[in-house]
This record gives sequence, C-alpha cells and structure tokens, in this order.
Amino acid sequence: MKKVVILGGGVGGTIVANLLAKKLRPEEAEITVVDKTGKHVYQPGFVYVAFEHKKPEKLVRDERRLLRKRVKLVLGEAVKIDAEGKQVHLADGTVLDYDRLVVALGARLTPDELPGYKEAAHHFYSLEGSMELRKSLEAFQGGKIVVTVASVPYKCPPAPSEAACQLDYYFTKRGIRDKVDIHFLSPLSRVFPLEPVNPVVEQVFAKHHIRSTIFFNAESVDPEKRIVNSIEGESIPYDLLIMVPPHRGAKVVEESGLGDRGGWLPTDKFTLRTKAHADIFALGDCTDVPVSKSGAAAHFQAKVIAESIVADLRGEPATARYDGHVMCYCDAGYHKGISMSFDYEHPPVPPPLGLKDWMGKRFLNRVYWMLVPAGRV
Amino acid sequence: MILDARGSFCPGPLMELIRGIKQAKVGEELEVWSSDQGSKKDIPFWIQKAGHQLLGVVEEQGYARFIVKKLK
Repeated sequence: MKKVVILGGGVGGTIVANLLAKKLRPEEAEITVVDKTGKHVYQPGFVYVAFEHKKPEKLVRDERRLLRKRVKLVLGEAVKIDAEGKQVHLADGTVLDYDRLVVALGARLTPDELPGYKEAAHHFYSLEGSMELRKSLEAFQGGKIVVTVASVPYKCPPAPSEAACQLDYYFTKRGIRDKVDIHFLSPLSRVFPLEPVNPVVEQVFAKHHIRSTIFFNAESVDPEKRIVNSIEGESIPYDLLIMVPPHRGAKVVEESGLGDRGGWLPTDKFTLRTKAHADIFALGDCTDVPVSKSGAAAHFQAKVIAESIVADLRGEPATARYDGHVMCYCDAGYHKGISMSFDYEHPPVPPPLGLKDWMGKRFLNRVYWMLVPAGRV
Repeated sequence: MILDARGSFCPGPLMELIRGIKQAKVGEELEVWSSDQGSKKDIPFWIQKAGHQLLGVVEEQGYARFIVKKLK
C-alpha cells in the first residue's frame, strides 16, 4: 500500500489529509499526519486576543477531532527529511517511509534574529505573545506606540496595518486616544502591501490620525533607549513597540539541507511540487511561493496537492495547478472591514470599506472549524 | 543570487529584494526578476533610500531584471 506522509497539522496539512481520505480508498493509501503538538490553532484570531477579550482557548482544537478517522495522527517532531531514501525521521527515533510527502509546517518565528527584539518587542503572532500584549495595552496610559515588522517576508501581510487600526479603536473605546501617538513603520514603499488597496488604508490612517513612515526595514532595537533602527539609516523612538517577529522557514527543512537562505522550501508555484524532488509537495507559509503567507493560500493550495497526489498514486497525469489565489479579510475597527481576493493574473480590485466585510471576517472566525479543516469549502 | 519574483504582484518583488539584501554579503550582486510594472518605481526608489547600487535594469520578454549591488 502507498504511503502519504503530511508534516504539519495546520490548515494546509489538515485539508490535504482530509481530502485524500475522502478521495482515496483505504486500500489505496495510508495517510499519516505528523504534528508536534496535536493542537490546531486558528491564527487569524490572535488579533482578537490582543485587542479584544477573545479567550485563547477558543482558538485551539484537538487536531485528532478535525481529521477523518482513517487519517493516522502521529504526535512528534520531524527532525530529518531523507529525500533520497524517501523517509522522515522523528525526534523520538521513529522513521516513516513515504511515497509522497507533503511539507505543511508553516513559518517559524525567530525572535533571536533581530538584535534587541526579545527584550523590547511585543507581538500578536502567538497565543502567548497576544496575551502579553493585551496586558501591556491594559497597563498603557499614554505615549508613543510604534507598529512595524522585524523583517520580510512575514505571515499575513495586512496584519500590521490591521493592528494599527485596532490600536486606534482600542484606545478610542478606552477614552484616551488623545494621549496615544500611533506610528506605523512600513518596510515597503507604501503603508499597505497591495497597491490597489493602499489608498483605502491611507484614508483610514489619515482619518484616525495614525502616522506612517515608509521604507523602514528594522535592523536593531535598543531596549534601553527605546529606539528602533532601520537598515535605511533612520532611528525612531517608542514607548511601546509592537513588532511582527522575524520569520524563517521550517527547522527540519533547513536542517535537511532543503531550504533556501531563509529556510523557505523552493517550490513550483503552479504544481506545488518542490523544485528538487517531485515526490515532495509543499504548501503555505513554509514555501518560497511568491504569494502572501496566509492560511487562505494554504487552503487553496491544499486542494491542488490532494488532487495531484491522487493522480500520482493512480498512475494518472497530475494536471491540477495553483493559480495564486489568496483572499483575506481585514478588521479596521468601528465595525468596518475590507476584503481582498487576487491571484497570479488578477490584482485585487480596490474594495469599499464597510460593515459587510467586517461581518464576513467575524462569520469566518465562527464557521472556520466546521468548514475549512474538513475541506468542505 | 537570483530572486525570481515574476508573477508576484507588487510589492512581492521588492520584498524579495529586501529579503535577499539582508541575506547577502556586502559587495554581493543580486538580481531580482519582476513582471510587475510597479517594481520599476519601487525597486530603484528603495535601492537609493537604502544606500545600495542599481547596476542596471534589463528588459526581457514580459519581465525586467534588476541588478543590484549590496554596498553596506
């Protein structure tokens, strides 16, 4: 019997596993998911842990309960991918053979990569980080808050500007917005990564007095002087620093010699097969595919990979292709939101800011567990 | 180092270049390939601001190659 091993029980890995379990007969393949914690975390909810009162436990479910019964779940950490021997080695010594491997391990937060980061910065890119940020915000009575990113690429490109809007809304609700100076530092040539959407975000920033500086790529943070320095040569002071942590690709990819200099796994952007090994697929944040690192991208890529693996195992030509589709919702505060949808050929259409997309985001947060991991949408 | 960001919309190519510059050594030359028109404005603007050198822009069929030297 053929063996499919999937590394990572996040959104992408879970959908691939469930779709394969649906499409392949039990005698055709054994499907195994390897996950370090066995917990599935809904990362888009982190922002609501930090800026609202979302309970962290609402964002976590047991991976076992999200997987179809016939998918085997192995709790463990992959420490080596032997691409020539077609084996994955786990930290506890287990060795798994595969006919097709799917790497769906996501991005790794690497706070040590930016000098001063760990001592100085807050973030909302983990549950723990989001809870700590909430405490710091509750204690904040006034001063300057800098919102920025430690490096590119990072997960969810709109998240920093969404955080700036959430900060404005948060302090307005607390009645001390006039005591808080919000300064947004963008690594790029505009405040919002996607050009067609940028004017909308600039208007929101102007309306809510959120200051911005462009082309600011952080080089170091000085926790004592409370200053963040850029590779472009600027230094900006802060009282509270909210900074998306540095990211790298998955550790096992790097340590197996499969990653590029940032640890990202070189992957064909259409077929989603890794460039060096056609029997290894990769999706989502751990790849070098030139689209936003987001759950939505992993979601759409998972379907292509599941179809391709079914074709491969049945000896049929694999024709499924990923078209670069990504879509996302942003919550701008004040019950207003925007959504964006784009692919390799079609840039996003400038969206109106309004209640509809704010509700869309809230709705998705609720229905995610029922619809997405199972591959129903 | 070649950074192929064709098919990626702005600012994908610029992000690839910033990532590449951070990983490169001083004096190293990088090439970023972009099929996005916005890159023609963004990339030279950032190179100037960050104090690196744009050695050239080569127009190819459907994309442009930006050749950059890391200076500091």
